[in-house]
Amino acid sequence: MADTNTIISPENLVYKKTDVLLDNVMHYCPGCTHGTVHKLIAEVIDEMGIQETTIGIAPVGCAVLAYNYLDIDWQEAAHGRAPALATAVKRLLPNKNVFSYQGDGDLAAIGTAETIHACNRGENIVMVFINNGIYGMTGGQMAPTTLPGMPASTCPAGRDTSHDGMPIKISELLAQLPGTCYVTRQSAHTAANVRKTKKALRKAFENQQANKGTSLVEVVSTCSSGWKMSPVQANKWMEEHMFAYYPLGDMKDE
Amino acid sequence: MARAKGAIVVDTVQCKGCGVCVSACPTQVIKLADAVNGKGYHYAYMENPDACIGCTSCGIVCPDTCITVYRAKPVTV
Amino acid sequence: MRELKLMKGNEAIAHAAIRCGADGYFGYPITPQSEVMETLMAERPWESTGMVVLQAESEIASINMVYGGAGCGKRVLTSSSSPGVSLMQEGLTYLAGSELPCVIVNVVRGGPGLGTIQPAQSDYFQSVKGGGHGDYKLITLAPASVQEMADFVELSFDLAFKYRNPVMILSDGAIGQMMEKVELDEFKPRWTDEYIEQNHKWATMGKKKGDERSVITSVQLDASVQEDFNHKLQAKYREVEENEVRFEKIMCDDADYIFVAYGSSARICQKSIEIARAKGIKVGMLRPITLYPFPVKELQELAKQVKGMLSVELSAGQMVEDVRLAVNGKVPVEHYGRFGGIMHSPGEVVEALEQKIIGE
Repeated sequence: MADTNTIISPENLVYKKTDVLLDNVMHYCPGCTHGTVHKLIAEVIDEMGIQETTIGIAPVGCAVLAYNYLDIDWQEAAHGRAPALATAVKRLLPNKNVFSYQGDGDLAAIGTAETIHACNRGENIVMVFINNGIYGMTGGQMAPTTLPGMPASTCPAGRDTSHDGMPIKISELLAQLPGTCYVTRQSAHTAANVRKTKKALRKAFENQQANKGTSLVEVVSTCSSGWKMSPVQANKWMEEHMFAYYPLGDMKDE
Repeated sequence: MARAKGAIVVDTVQCKGCGVCVSACPTQVIKLADAVNGKGYHYAYMENPDACIGCTSCGIVCPDTCITVYRAKPVTV
Repeated sequence: MRELKLMKGNEAIAHAAIRCGADGYFGYPITPQSEVMETLMAERPWESTGMVVLQAESEIASINMVYGGAGCGKRVLTSSSSPGVSLMQEGLTYLAGSELPCVIVNVVRGGPGLGTIQPAQSDYFQSVKGGGHGDYKLITLAPASVQEMADFVELSFDLAFKYRNPVMILSDGAIGQMMEKVELDEFKPRWTDEYIEQNHKWATMGKKKGDERSVITSVQLDASVQEDFNHKLQAKYREVEENEVRFEKIMCDDADYIFVAYGSSARICQKSIEIARAKGIKVGMLRPITLYPFPVKELQELAKQVKGMLSVELSAGQMVEDVRLAVNGKVPVEHYGRFGGIMHSPGEVVEALEQKIIGE
């Protein structure tokens, strides 16, 4: 029977870091979904052979420094404005692959207008939407997507829906717009879910190459620091609470 | 019966000890070390190397892409 | 071949943009400048030069589309009027912070708030002092005719790319709406992607193998890096101040007094000079063409010659502060101007000169 040392050899390699990911250590907290989704985008770019033709638009929020991790050209947008940047980049460079990467505060609060109108125009771009129900970078404040009763630093007793309204299901809203061709909600907490998310991202980039319109991939995510849980507890809490309000699956696939 | 035999290499310097790989492993190969790395994290390591089937689940879920996975051709046990 | 046409200042902006090979225009309707986008939409340059024209959902979106386009090394512009330009301030500071070249046209109307739709020059501070947060400057050009509206588009792009900095064309409702003859430049081709890749390595055109990648950003979490970057910006602004001051002197040689006026106020003051000189008052005018960089040295020189200066603006007195700073107490400097959408008459300006400067 082969022992570990003999197994670890190049011909047996089945999973390694893609070269599209830079060697910089990610600044994200342990267990953060951003790292997983960054990796998936990098793998899709690698596998599709589009590293030289992809331009990413980074948000404001924890992923503001996303450009430190993927070895492609990037533009860093003002808070919420990534879809406006992506619109211009794609229209001026129609042969490039353009994606925005945004969190829930960026995409569903301050940038709601830019999000909705980019989708409504059917901009031929990919929008990656990380929904962890909280503002991570600024220290765990209530997000537009914070669940009812879920505590955050600006609603320490939990979101009071009579005061703050219900969390916004922006992907459902965007799926109504004729400009979107693909709207899906995935997660990245198990190997099976990660595989599905990667498939969704690949489809989104392929849609762009087929000039089909806007593809939105929402990833229901954790924020263990903001939620004040261990990464493993956060994944469990997400399964038990987030998925009920944000059910996984395709909302639109045309 | 043929069973795949695998092994992982953890970048213990970069590992943040989040433990996501521990729960993703179907054969309970991985544990977090009692020792810590330079950043003070209890890094992941193969506690039961013989149980590894090289399924890549740990590598796939690792947010920091710290795990490289190897799988030998199945051998008859 | 240059072509002679009769058109509005706003229309001249649009035609000049197409002809100088602009790559994109992103805008949102607002009076009194909507003819810029209307003209572009009627001209359909996407069918001729390949220029992209898009009506955005807001001025916030249009300035951020400009950011995206400028980040690709493309020659992009937007236009708006005062309330819309206020909305753009966030985008402008990001553009300055990311050192992106682009052109913004502000056809100023009376404020504050929703204000009026009539001409004003009350956005001077906003344009030359920053407007958004942080230490930054916009190169600011002030056209005084429809011809200059046209000519300043290409000049603005040249300056924007020379210094990797946003350039503002600070016009007003009068220049935007008035019709004059204008000689339009011949059509020039747009830059090719290959040209941009070779000449503007910083642009996000996709990371070629072996090349450095391009990252357009204004975030620096390390304060010392941010301070270094600010020093770099300030050095660039000093260079702009050294090299790019533009102005026009009218009848200054024998002048005892001068008007300092730009844009439509400068047009009015030309008539005021005639009236004053007919009364025996020897008055001339310094017309700043660049409001930033401001013609400080020229004003210092004139302060050695004249007995007083009147800053004539369609505002409650904004540029007058820069005139006073330049002159530094050497001669009296006063302000005169109507505002809120009302324009002063040439006679009013002469009266103000007599009362505020000569009378003292």
